[in-house]
Amino acid sequence: MNPVNYLYLAALLFTIGATGVLIRRNVIVVFMCIELMLNACNLAFVAFSRLHGNLDGQIIAFFTMVVAAAEVVVGLAIIVSLFRSRHSASVDDASLMKL
Amino acid sequence: MTGLAAYTTSTGEAFQFWVLGTVAVIGALCTILMRKAVHSALCLAGTMIILAVFYLANGAYFLGIVQIVVYTGAIMMLFLFVVMLVGVTAADSLTETIKGQRWLAALCGFGFAILLFAGIGNASVKDFNGLAKANEGGNVEGLASLIFTKYVFAFEITGALLITATVGAMVLTHRERTERAKTQRERSEERVRGKHLPPLPAPGVYARHNAVDIAGLLPDGTPSELTVNKTLRERGQIRDVSTEALNDLRALEQRAADRLERPDPHRKGGGRNGDGDRAEETEEASK
Amino acid sequence: MENLIALLVAAPLLGAAVLLCGGRRLDRVGHWLGTLLSAASFVIGLALFTDMLGKGAEERSLHQHLFSWIPVEGFKADVAFQLDQLSMTFVLLISGVGTLIHLYSIGYMEHDERRRRFFGYLNLFLAAMLLLVLADNYLLLYVGWEGVGLASYLLIGFWQHKPSAATAAKKAFLVNRVGDMGLSIAIMLMFTTFGTFAFGPVLEATGETSEGKLTAIGLMLLLAACGKSAQVPLQSWLGDAMEGPTPVSALIHAATMVTAGVYLIVRSGAIFNGAPDAQLAVTVVGAVTLLFGAIVGCAKDDIKKALAGSTMSQIGYMILAAGLGPIGYVFAIMHLVTHGFFKAGLFLGAGSVMHGMNDEVDMRKYGGLRKYMPVTFVTFGLGYLAIIGFPGLSGFFSKDKIIEAAFAKGGTEGWILGSVALLGAAITAYYMTRVMLLTFFGEKRWQPDAQGELPHPHESPKSMTIPMILLAVGSVFAGGFFSIGDRFMHWLEPVTHHDHGDSPLSAATVTGATMVVLVIGVSLAWVQYGRRPVPVVAPRGSLLTRAARRDLLQDDFNHVVLVRGGEHLTRSLVYVDHTLVDGVVNGTAASVGGLSGRLRKLQNGYARSYAVSMFGGAAVLIVATLLMRAV
Repeated sequence: MNPVNYLYLAALLFTIGATGVLIRRNVIVVFMCIELMLNACNLAFVAFSRLHGNLDGQIIAFFTMVVAAAEVVVGLAIIVSLFRSRHSASVDDASLMKL
Repeated sequence: MTGLAAYTTSTGEAFQFWVLGTVAVIGALCTILMRKAVHSALCLAGTMIILAVFYLANGAYFLGIVQIVVYTGAIMMLFLFVVMLVGVTAADSLTETIKGQRWLAALCGFGFAILLFAGIGNASVKDFNGLAKANEGGNVEGLASLIFTKYVFAFEITGALLITATVGAMVLTHRERTERAKTQRERSEERVRGKHLPPLPAPGVYARHNAVDIAGLLPDGTPSELTVNKTLRERGQIRDVSTEALNDLRALEQRAADRLERPDPHRKGGGRNGDGDRAEETEEASK
Repeated sequence: MENLIALLVAAPLLGAAVLLCGGRRLDRVGHWLGTLLSAASFVIGLALFTDMLGKGAEERSLHQHLFSWIPVEGFKADVAFQLDQLSMTFVLLISGVGTLIHLYSIGYMEHDERRRRFFGYLNLFLAAMLLLVLADNYLLLYVGWEGVGLASYLLIGFWQHKPSAATAAKKAFLVNRVGDMGLSIAIMLMFTTFGTFAFGPVLEATGETSEGKLTAIGLMLLLAACGKSAQVPLQSWLGDAMEGPTPVSALIHAATMVTAGVYLIVRSGAIFNGAPDAQLAVTVVGAVTLLFGAIVGCAKDDIKKALAGSTMSQIGYMILAAGLGPIGYVFAIMHLVTHGFFKAGLFLGAGSVMHGMNDEVDMRKYGGLRKYMPVTFVTFGLGYLAIIGFPGLSGFFSKDKIIEAAFAKGGTEGWILGSVALLGAAITAYYMTRVMLLTFFGEKRWQPDAQGELPHPHESPKSMTIPMILLAVGSVFAGGFFSIGDRFMHWLEPVTHHDHGDSPLSAATVTGATMVVLVIGVSLAWVQYGRRPVPVVAPRGSLLTRAARRDLLQDDFNHVVLVRGGEHLTRSLVYVDHTLVDGVVNGTAASVGGLSGRLRKLQNGYARSYAVSMFGGAAVLIVATLLMRAV
């Protein structure tokens, strides 16, 4: 088996995550889908690292994880305060720009 | 995995890839298709663990462990925590409200996948280097030497980012107290002058239910919302014992009647059980 | 010495600022302060004049550069002053007569509670007028030009509680605007032609410029002069401007501001010398106005309006002389100065008469005033003799020269212009004699005023009679002083470059002819108004008289041609605007609106919809990347 298959898997997971963002309305699930996309990217980076034979890809994946952690912290805080003010976890309810 | 360049991996890894890869895809699909957020989170956690295994298989030992500990262990638990906070049973309705959104999403997703696959296939990677040489001095040591030399600025900046995110989360969730906290005296006076001097009535009815989400019944049979916790009330998660219990009772009678092959006393009004109940209730109320 | 030039302007400007911003606490001393600063300006002018006399004829032009006003690359305008003989003449006239009229106004405006403001405006006018004649470039001149326009507007409408005064001020302002437009266009043309507005470079460069451009500039300058100097066709404002206080009529609408047009034409002499067509236009305007004003002056019963017609006519003489080119420039300026004296004196006399007659202006209700107001009678009489050109007095020398110069133009033109000027002299003699007879001689025709009281004519206070006496002295002697040994001509020679021309008639013949028409004019008036009693209510009169009473239908003409025409033009433009322009604009707006209405549906406010478009965009980017790589 060629390690390129990992890339195909990453692409598939990324697309699934993106589609999830588009079709789900629960803001937490949307956020999970974003995490899934980030993880797919990480898998691709790790696979690249192996293909190229150096560790830089893993470093990038490492940084992605850190950034993802920060993003989750802030994002969940936003979700909590949003829920607190609206009593709803639906992204469609946050549509004040709608006419 | 010994040479500088290899064309293929071991058979064991191939086997592992195909089995676990399938599971990962199924997990991802479940993540986006499950109605309840808790289930989605669990499926995602499973997918992440599989990804951790793949990291390990790809020679990223440090990242594999970090994935399990930090991602699956910490971040997903944070997710679950928020899900609990926001409402664990609030299942999403999966009917689409935006016209054409699902079709567009499917189209975009499908096209995107095709394009990515085409791009990867276009790259036509035949051989690969493998990490044997890079991991010679140990994977963690290799990463550390890169992080603290080549990527040291990025590392420092990520540290600053984490601090900022922490502060940001605190600021966002912090609720400013806009009025003075009431003293014990004020609270007691308020309670004496207010409507409810005794403790609020407990939930649960007739010892059939003592669950907190079931409202106690008033003498006329209507549920009293006072008995249920405020949070559950706001989420709309109150179960109504009066109809539920009556339905259960009716179902029981039905089953018994079927078993005893007796004609059902309620069969005539079977289609409109609910209406009949309500009519009875109103009759009682008018008396 | 040249550093003093700015002070000439600064003194009255300071006065205007202090008086207009100072508030009521200056009410008691304001008029003296204004007069003092005006006198200061005159004293500085005298100092500069004596200094100038001590120098050789060619070194007399002084120059003071104050600061760069608009220092842009390729567009440079400086605030700089030029004081040559021409400017000097004007400075002395303006500040001298100005000071006398300030003095006169102290008495005349004594009972007006807004006297301080009046003096502030007078000082503002002096500053602007001095700026106008001292500027060394056309742009700065334009500032002064607008400044006098503003001061004129404020002063005509000084008694703003009278609707007629407010309307007259507005009319003067609007008509002047037409002329100002001409000046601004002339300045723009100058800039595109010469690349500068400074007098020196512009006037030197006229030799190398095409006649067409010079004619265009000259005609625009003539338009400006017509507006400011009340020449046909922009003459209609001057008569109404008499609604202002009499000192204002004397200073602004007789002696100084209305002569700014003459100054402009003489100053731009080099431009007109290069453009004979423009010059011809100037002489035609001058000749027409000369007769126009004189005829109007004959028919008016309002003493100030009669004098206003006379002013118009006399300025017509000056413009005519200025249009003659180097033959006439000197005489235009000379007549301007002598006219400044005697017309200011006449107006002050008229003001004095009105002061004594309860502000009655109708001459038919005067009569026999010579016994009651002897000083006014004598000074007015001297002014009268000067203006009709009685031998030995100012008007005789200056007007005679203009008539001579008109004949000296040569050819048919010269004959026509000369005859018109002669005819004008006859009419001048007629209408001035009429004013004189109606006012000071004959029966008393006094009528009770609104309160039913008969007027008690009395001589005016000293502050009013002294300026009148001084101006009368000027009216008597200025002409002779200037003409003996051609002093004035030599004085202005470096600026105007006099040319004697080629007169078909000898000087003596012209003088003789002038005397003859003078006698005819005076006797006609005497026959009509001296021998017979004058009716208090004006008789219906001939068609021409009735037309002249209505200012020869100037306002009717303006109303029919300009107002009606303008209304029709506006209406048709509004129609075009509503249908065509608005149609295009509204159509565009409607189509954009419709399109937006459709596109708006894309902006449904749902984050997920935006996410779809982002995702689609990412897909497009991948396509683009792949295509780029494939290529």
